[in-house]
Amino acid sequence: MSAFVNQLPIGLSIGAVLLLIALGLTFTFGQMGVINMAHGEFIMAGAYTAFLLQNFVLALPAAFLVAGVMGLILERAAIRHFYGRPLDTLLLTWGVSLVLQQLARDLFGAPNVQVPAPSWLSGGVGILPYNRLFIMALAIAGVVAVWLYLNRTGLGRRTQAVVQNRRLAATSGIDTGRVDMLTFFIGSGLAGVAGVALTLIGPVGPTLGTYYIVDAFLVVVAGGLGQLRGAVLAAIGLGLLNSYAEFWSDASLAKVIVFAVLIAFLQIRPQGLFALRSRVLT
Amino acid sequence: MIRMLRRNLPFATVAVIALVAAPLLLEPFRLGLLAKYLCYAIVALGIGLVWGKGGMLTLGQGVFFGLGGYSMAMYLKLTEAGGGLPDFMVWSGVEHLPALWVPFANPVFALVMAVLGPMLIAVILGTLVFRQRVRGAYFAILTQALAAAMVILLVGQQGLTGGTNGMTNFFELFGQDLAEDSTQRLLYLAVAVVLGALYLATRQLVNSRYGRLLVAVRDGEDRVRFLGYDPALVKTVTFALSAGMAGLAGALFVPVVGIISPALLGVVPSLELVVAVAVGGRHVLAGAVLGAVVMGYAKTAFSEQFADGWLYLQGALFILVMTLAPKGVIGVMGRLRRARTT
Amino acid sequence: MRISRPILSAALVLALAACGSGAKPAAESNEIKVGLLHSLSGTMAISEVTVRDAELLAIDEINKAGGVLGKKLVPVVEDGASDWPTFAEKATKLIRQDKVATVFGGWTSASRKAMLPVFERYKALLWYPVQYEGLESSPYIFYTGATTNQQIIPGLDYLKEEGKKKLFLVGSDYVFPRTANKIIKAYAAANGMEILGEEYTPLGHTEYSTLVNKVMQAKPDAVFNTLNGDSNVAFFKQLKSAGASAETMPVLSVSIAEEEVTGIGVDNIAGQPVAWNYYQTTDTPANEAFVTAYKAKYGQDKVTSDPMEAGYNAVYLWAEAVKKAGTTEVEAVKKAAPGISLDRPEGKVTIDGENQHLYKTARIGVIQPDGLIKEVWNSGEPIKPDPYLKGYAWASGLGTGQ
Repeated sequence: MSAFVNQLPIGLSIGAVLLLIALGLTFTFGQMGVINMAHGEFIMAGAYTAFLLQNFVLALPAAFLVAGVMGLILERAAIRHFYGRPLDTLLLTWGVSLVLQQLARDLFGAPNVQVPAPSWLSGGVGILPYNRLFIMALAIAGVVAVWLYLNRTGLGRRTQAVVQNRRLAATSGIDTGRVDMLTFFIGSGLAGVAGVALTLIGPVGPTLGTYYIVDAFLVVVAGGLGQLRGAVLAAIGLGLLNSYAEFWSDASLAKVIVFAVLIAFLQIRPQGLFALRSRVLT
Repeated sequence: MIRMLRRNLPFATVAVIALVAAPLLLEPFRLGLLAKYLCYAIVALGIGLVWGKGGMLTLGQGVFFGLGGYSMAMYLKLTEAGGGLPDFMVWSGVEHLPALWVPFANPVFALVMAVLGPMLIAVILGTLVFRQRVRGAYFAILTQALAAAMVILLVGQQGLTGGTNGMTNFFELFGQDLAEDSTQRLLYLAVAVVLGALYLATRQLVNSRYGRLLVAVRDGEDRVRFLGYDPALVKTVTFALSAGMAGLAGALFVPVVGIISPALLGVVPSLELVVAVAVGGRHVLAGAVLGAVVMGYAKTAFSEQFADGWLYLQGALFILVMTLAPKGVIGVMGRLRRARTT
Repeated sequence: MRISRPILSAALVLALAACGSGAKPAAESNEIKVGLLHSLSGTMAISEVTVRDAELLAIDEINKAGGVLGKKLVPVVEDGASDWPTFAEKATKLIRQDKVATVFGGWTSASRKAMLPVFERYKALLWYPVQYEGLESSPYIFYTGATTNQQIIPGLDYLKEEGKKKLFLVGSDYVFPRTANKIIKAYAAANGMEILGEEYTPLGHTEYSTLVNKVMQAKPDAVFNTLNGDSNVAFFKQLKSAGASAETMPVLSVSIAEEEVTGIGVDNIAGQPVAWNYYQTTDTPANEAFVTAYKAKYGQDKVTSDPMEAGYNAVYLWAEAVKKAGTTEVEAVKKAAPGISLDRPEGKVTIDGENQHLYKTARIGVIQPDGLIKEVWNSGEPIKPDPYLKGYAWASGLGTGQ
């Protein structure tokens, strides 16, 4: 029974991991409709930043910058030519992700590397270790920061305007190119931060990104494009579902169950939990 | 009449090269590789139809390919076991042949299932997804998740599917010894003929009223709906056709290559095929076929020279094609040709 | 559409021509070509590259000592790309096109299973250097890693001696862990041990909080770990942060060698036992030479591990068999091989004539804070390989197929 109760905080902590890796995507995919398959490699870049610095706390802002700048370069160099062609972007960024993986392998070697966890994160309360609690706190902080940015700053409101109607926003004098740049910078930077957090619980190697990318996209799809609250609820829901499905069956079956539930869910709400209402036709 | 001849001349040339020159010129090992690329080309043809013409980016085509392959492999394993249990079941501790396996002892059933099984799944998924107007990126991600889930499912059911190992160690097909070069040559010819026939049929289909409807759905789904058509139906049918092709390709692949395993139908192989189609030129069916053969060859050649470079090359090729030549090799060649004639 | 077809045909002709030109001239008579087939790219590259390096070292050494039958060994290296069908394809290429005398290669069971029919079909030799799940004995494969009775069963003997009665089984979802766990369950039933749980996770799985919760709730005396690759990193990190340590929750692993320890983080795994046949610290004269030579060739920071040593041995064993046979011809080598006995870094190994596996000494080690592994237990003498566990009464009915 207690194991059953334990699954609740575990589910929440899985949800926090999902939220953290998907938060950046709610920006790039959600706000801009760009499917960035290299998102996983930005997470990896964050993790390697932590490895290079060998300092967890310092790595958080550093990884944000590193991954953010990588995202910025990607956006300026390639993605901006692809707006309105999400499927092409998907394939393009997949190519980028392959190159980045191999680059990581050449730079850091194929074996996993070690990032020492700070000592103040060892130990825990009950079933939840401090590092899981830290990830939850980081996820919450990330959500709050994103919300504040989108709703309480001029830039954020401009971002929202561009999402809702790009051409109208442009006509109103918003520099959509700059908004795109900034959005991509923040979205990729958040991936970097997630990467640092993941060093606490998982391997740090060239294939790190591939382990998380599909899950991250599922969160955004379930949550609804560009919807912060959708992503939050979807991450928690998927986390709990994962946790209990695995508890009752096994890890393999749990993944299959999650997929089946997601398909069923999209039957009821095809646009995800929260849809952006729009009269724009395809 | 003459126009028709002219129209089909290039196809006939390719057909002659593929059917006559290749088996004569290539050593058996290389011919086997070519047969493998042609199997992938059949899948690519389906992707060309569903993505190039229909605008549905499917990242889960490997699933259908795998289902076809597994159907065939089950038949091969059962004939080889000759009434006993397939080898991997023995070492997985399975004692009785699972009910699912029993009908696959019949080659006709296995072949039919290799095509109908994938189509059925495509129809179910398509009906569920397209009815709800899930499209574009959503569809792509769902199919990708399907590939990921399918791999996990196959790996998890080791007694039923051979787990990560998949199934291998096949000896004969329809009484022919698979180790013989002559059998492999026949198989190659079979694959080439199937590819040619499917190519012609698909081309016919695309040029029909249905094909125009499909392109219309790609370019303006809502508008087609307003005109009184059912885009979901058109899309589902197309998706199912491509799934059937992938299944057939899988069934041919197994005796050619001699193995089927979850690694062949996961996220990455599914994506690689899409890459191939994009490189060849997705807007033209021939581009899809060309892309699959060229990329298959490039992969073999490259990994024989320097292994590490393949990911760079594949990635770079991809970025270049998408940014500079979204219409693929065929598009570039077309542009060159036009530039020369004007 | 009309533009495309001439180009298509042109491209096809080109591709065909390129395919055809792949053939290489026959080997010169004073050279012997040997194939090395490991994953140099993809997820398995991390492990397999080191085995290839060890094999290249052995080839170097043999060449420096005058080669085999007065001929130099020339390695032909191919990449299996962590993809099983590629292994089969490259094996075919090595045999049919390069006409190598033998192939050293593979790591995963799946890659071996994929190559097996190729080697049997063309009657060529494969030397497979990794511990595996047993239940196999192909006439065209020599197995230089441990089979189950040289690793899993000694590991269980060790746990039993340590008084661990309640086990929890954790493994990646593929053939080796499932077979290993079947054997463990049969052993437990016969030895009064209790299995509290058996869990599998997909390869590459990284979210272990639920599984760790299950383990912690079951309170076993020890965990028997058959996880593979990156999953080990996530598992040990998350197990440790759940408050388990080597003292409170010993985890015996069979797929973690010196190479993997750094990636997992020594802090997370120090003090945990592992089961192999060789460690970098194994105290034999041959090992001192091996470690020195390996570090000299590939760098002082490199470590040596069991599969590397097994690959290194494979080359020497094959060379020895060739010398004895006086030819590289496969059937003659097969005939000469049984009974060949060499002092290798892991101690004395002997090729068994019955199943082409090796007599090997089982060794249990404990991971040290410096990342190396210290031996704490060994089987005393080389154990006769028994891939079908015919010599163990409790193992009958495991579906061994023979």
